[in-house]
Formats: sequence, C-alpha cells, structure tokens
Amino acid sequence: METIKQRKQTAVYVYEAPLRLWHWVTVFSIITLCITGYFIGSPLPTMPGEASDHFLMGYIRFAHFTAGYIVAVGFLGRIYWAFVGNSHARELFLVPIFSGKWWKEVGHEIRWYLFLEKTPKKYIGHNPLGQLSMFCFFVVGITFMIITGFALYAEGLGRGSWADTLFGWVVPLMGQSQDLHTWHHLGMWYLIIFVMMHVYVAIREDIMSRQSLISTMIGGWRMFKDDKPD
Amino acid sequence: MPQSIETFYEVMRRQGITRRSFLKYCSLTAAALGLGPAFAPRIAHAMETKERTPVIWVHGLECTCCSESFIRSAHPLVKDVVLSMISLDYDDTLMAAAGHHAEAALEETIQKYKGKYILAVEGNPPLNEDGMFCIVGGKPFLDQLKHAAKDAAAVIAWGSCASWGCVQAARPNPTQAVPIHKVITDKPIIKVPGCPPIAEVMTGVITYMLTFGRLPELDRQGRPKMFYSQRIHDKCYRRPHFDAGQFVEHWDDESARKGYCLYKVGCKGPTTYNACSTVRWNEGTSFPIQAGHGCIGCSEDGFWDKGSFYDRLTNIPQFGIEKNADEIGMAVAGGVGAAVAAHAAVSAIKRAQHKGDQE
Repeated sequence: METIKQRKQTAVYVYEAPLRLWHWVTVFSIITLCITGYFIGSPLPTMPGEASDHFLMGYIRFAHFTAGYIVAVGFLGRIYWAFVGNSHARELFLVPIFSGKWWKEVGHEIRWYLFLEKTPKKYIGHNPLGQLSMFCFFVVGITFMIITGFALYAEGLGRGSWADTLFGWVVPLMGQSQDLHTWHHLGMWYLIIFVMMHVYVAIREDIMSRQSLISTMIGGWRMFKDDKPD
Repeated sequence: MPQSIETFYEVMRRQGITRRSFLKYCSLTAAALGLGPAFAPRIAHAMETKERTPVIWVHGLECTCCSESFIRSAHPLVKDVVLSMISLDYDDTLMAAAGHHAEAALEETIQKYKGKYILAVEGNPPLNEDGMFCIVGGKPFLDQLKHAAKDAAAVIAWGSCASWGCVQAARPNPTQAVPIHKVITDKPIIKVPGCPPIAEVMTGVITYMLTFGRLPELDRQGRPKMFYSQRIHDKCYRRPHFDAGQFVEHWDDESARKGYCLYKVGCKGPTTYNACSTVRWNEGTSFPIQAGHGCIGCSEDGFWDKGSFYDRLTNIPQFGIEKNADEIGMAVAGGVGAAVAAHAAVSAIKRAQHKGDQE
C-alpha cells in the first residue's frame, strides 16, 4: 500500500523587489564587464580600412565603463537597501562570525556538501556557508573590482578628476598602473569563479535542499518543500 | 674668493649670448613648462636678478644615460645655458677636476652653501655588504649620498635608477640597490623617472626650480605634474587606431607598415606616465612609438620585472613558471569547473540512491 505523501508548501516573502532588480541588473552588468574586459586585455583581430570608419575599441570600452558605473551605483543602492530593507537584506554584509551556533551550522553545511549529512537544514535566508561565501567572494570581490576599476578609469579622466581624487591612491598602492591592470584582471577571474560556484550551488540547492532558490530570486517567495522542523 | 655668484643673465652675456637670444630662450622655456606668454618676462626677470643655484650632481649605480640625455637638451641648450644657469660645482663625469680635487670641490660646495644647494642624484645606492658594490672616492656611494643630502635644500632623483631602482634593482637584485627615497627620508625629493628621462624634461624641471624658487608641483609618486600627468597612450598620435580597433599583430604585417596601434605587441603606452608623445626626443624628432616600436614603460616602477616588453598582459612571477592573469584565471576556473562537474555527478548519484530509499 502506498501512503500519500504530505507535501504542504509553506512560503515566506524573502527578497523584496528592489533587491531582486539589483540582483539581475548586476548579473547582466557583470556578464557585460567580463566579456568587454576580456577584449580590452586581448583585443579582437584588427579592423580593415580607415581608422575614421571604426570605433570598435571605443564602443567596447564604453560598454565596459557604463556597465561598471551600473554595478557601482547598484552596489551603493544595495548597501542602502541593507539599511532600509528587511532583515534578509543585511545577510550579505553582516556575517555573524562571533556566533558559535552559526559556525556549527557552517560545519553542518560543509558536511552536507561532502555528502556526510543525509538532510540539509531549512533556511529562510542564506544558509551559513552560503552567507560566508557570498561575503568572501561577492562582497569582497565586487568592492575590489569597483575600487580598482575606478582607479583605472581615473587614469583616463586625468589628474584632479573626481575618480582620481577618490581612487587615485590605489595606483601607487598596487605598484604602478601595469600592476593595477593585472590585479583588476585577476579580480575578473575571481568573480567568474564566484559565478560558476554560485550558479551551480543555486541549481543544486533548488533540487536537493528543502527550500526553493532560483524562483525565490525571481518572485521573492521562499517555498518550503516539507513541514518537518529544521 | 668672490662671494657673490653671478646671475644667470650675467653668465649668459659673458658667454656671448645676445639679449635677443636670451629673451627668446625665456619664452621658449615658458612654453616648454606649459606656462602662458606672460611668464616669459618673469623668467627673464628671475634670470637677471637671481644668483645661480649651486648644484651637486652625484653618480651611484647607473649607466650615465641620464647625463647623456641631459647634455642633448635643445630647449634650453645645455651647452650654453644649463651648465651656466646652474653652478654645477660637482659632477664627476662632466667636471674637469678629478681625484682629490673633485672631492675637495664637493666638500667646499657643501660647506659654503649649506642648506642652499640642490642635490641631483643619478643612479642609486646598493645597500648590500655595507654599500661596497659602489665605491666613489674610496668610500661607499651610500655614505657620499647621505653626506651630500644632509645639507641639501632639495633633491632631484634623475632617472628610473634614483626614482625606482631600475635595472640594478630588478629581480633578484643581488646588490640590494634601492631608490634614493629609501635612504634620504628628510628632504623633498623630485622624481624625474625615465631610462633616461627626456632632456627637455630634465632641464625644464631645473629651470622651473630656478625661476620660481620652489619645487614644481608633484603628484602622489613625487613626479612633477607638468611632465608626468598623462600616459603616453593619452597623447599618442596612433591613438585613433587604438580606438578604431586597428592593431599591429606581427612586426612584419600590413598593420605595422600602416602604423597601427602597437597595443597587441606589448606597447606599455597605456600604463606609462611620461611626456614622450608630446615633447618627444632629440629636439622633437621622434619617440619609440613613432619609430615603430612599442613603449617599454621605462619611466614606470619596476618595468624590468613585468615580463616581456612584447606582451600585453603582465606575467605574474609568483606562480613559479611565469603566467599572466588569463592563464592563471583559466586554470583555476577549469579546476573549479571540474570540481563542480564531479560534485554534481556525485550529487545526482546520491539523490538517485536517496529516492530509492524513500520508495
């Protein structure tokens, strides 16, 4: 005899609209930044004809700078939202590293990823391991890219420009302009690795954990797949 | 001994320079310094009234390319003007005296013009073995440098050696050569980097200091803003080809003959702060990019240690075998990709097993 499985889904509203909008705007901006950034470092094959007929590098760089501005303004907006949004909007920035319980759950989550735990825990927001890696990869990575990016942009704007005043100090900090370029380039790969893991983990958790993930970042609602306690 | 020194103007007249030529020189210098025409009379006035500034020019570990460049300055002409403008009291490569006489001249200048002379440093001191890798007058150059710097009004770091360290400080730097700001910490230092610096930049910096009696405005790294505020790339005459996406791919291709941008063959113009693309070299005749070779970034810190002069992306030596950011990034991303695929496969198997358990 087959018992009828009880799969009552409960739902919580987690990600508010501005936060979701920010997420997807940042997604498309980072894709644009990686592609254009790669082609700034290693340009496409040479263009034929007169220089006045083309503006390829100009357009690529324009797209890069525009997307960079969008990411930077978006990130500032995201920080603002951490103050005015719901409690989940703060998870990205406030990692409870002084909480023993939280670290214990990080350990639990690591064991779950090493296939040593049979069932994962339920979380309304990020799971502790997710929260930790979001901070280390995304918050640190994007902050580094915004600062080094605008320091590079300041080189074009020139001495005394707003970007030079705010970020010009980064150039001697890294050594010289060439080193800054290299660090910014490595930063791109850091973010690409973040995106790879982020997408994989989101899909995997969506299938294997006890709550929804991908649809949550679209609609905002976290669905739970069972009624069992945490 | 005559205590009052001649003014610049007196020296120039004594050397047979007409007043007309003198005024022409003043307006050319004003233009070279990026000053308006109103400044030409001010320069003339300063030169007519001011005493010459004593300069001590010392040489550490170096190749003398800075001196070679300096003596080829066209505006102002070094032969007639600069060696008279400044009172070059000690410069072991240019002065007639040698040996004990030369060292005596150095001592005399230091004693006589305490706190008033400019110390120009070409090359840099090695610190290893107590400075024994560079001996001047029987003593380590390090000692001479510290001694001469003690009573200097200001210090000019000529070239990339004095400013950054240059080739003798390149990895592995066996003599522990260091830029002079590591040794002289209590004096204002004007860095005039380049290997060598442009002659007109060198004389321009000196003229500015003599004319206005103060240091030129310096940027964060201590370089005069008037010559080091822009990258070669910002004012390069090949820049339209860069913006259009027209690049030299090989040294013998059609693009090279057409004079396209040298970015892809490793030109360091976009990361190099210098005045080559505006002032140019040899009386404004040419500069490396105009001659068809990319900039090697000789006025930038540590330019010897950034991999090949012909690669766009910098090698990162920390990874043993030198790799650039893309090679490292792709390797790590490949590793993460493989890990993700393996983890996904195990997850799928586990899930299938788990499903079996439930049913």
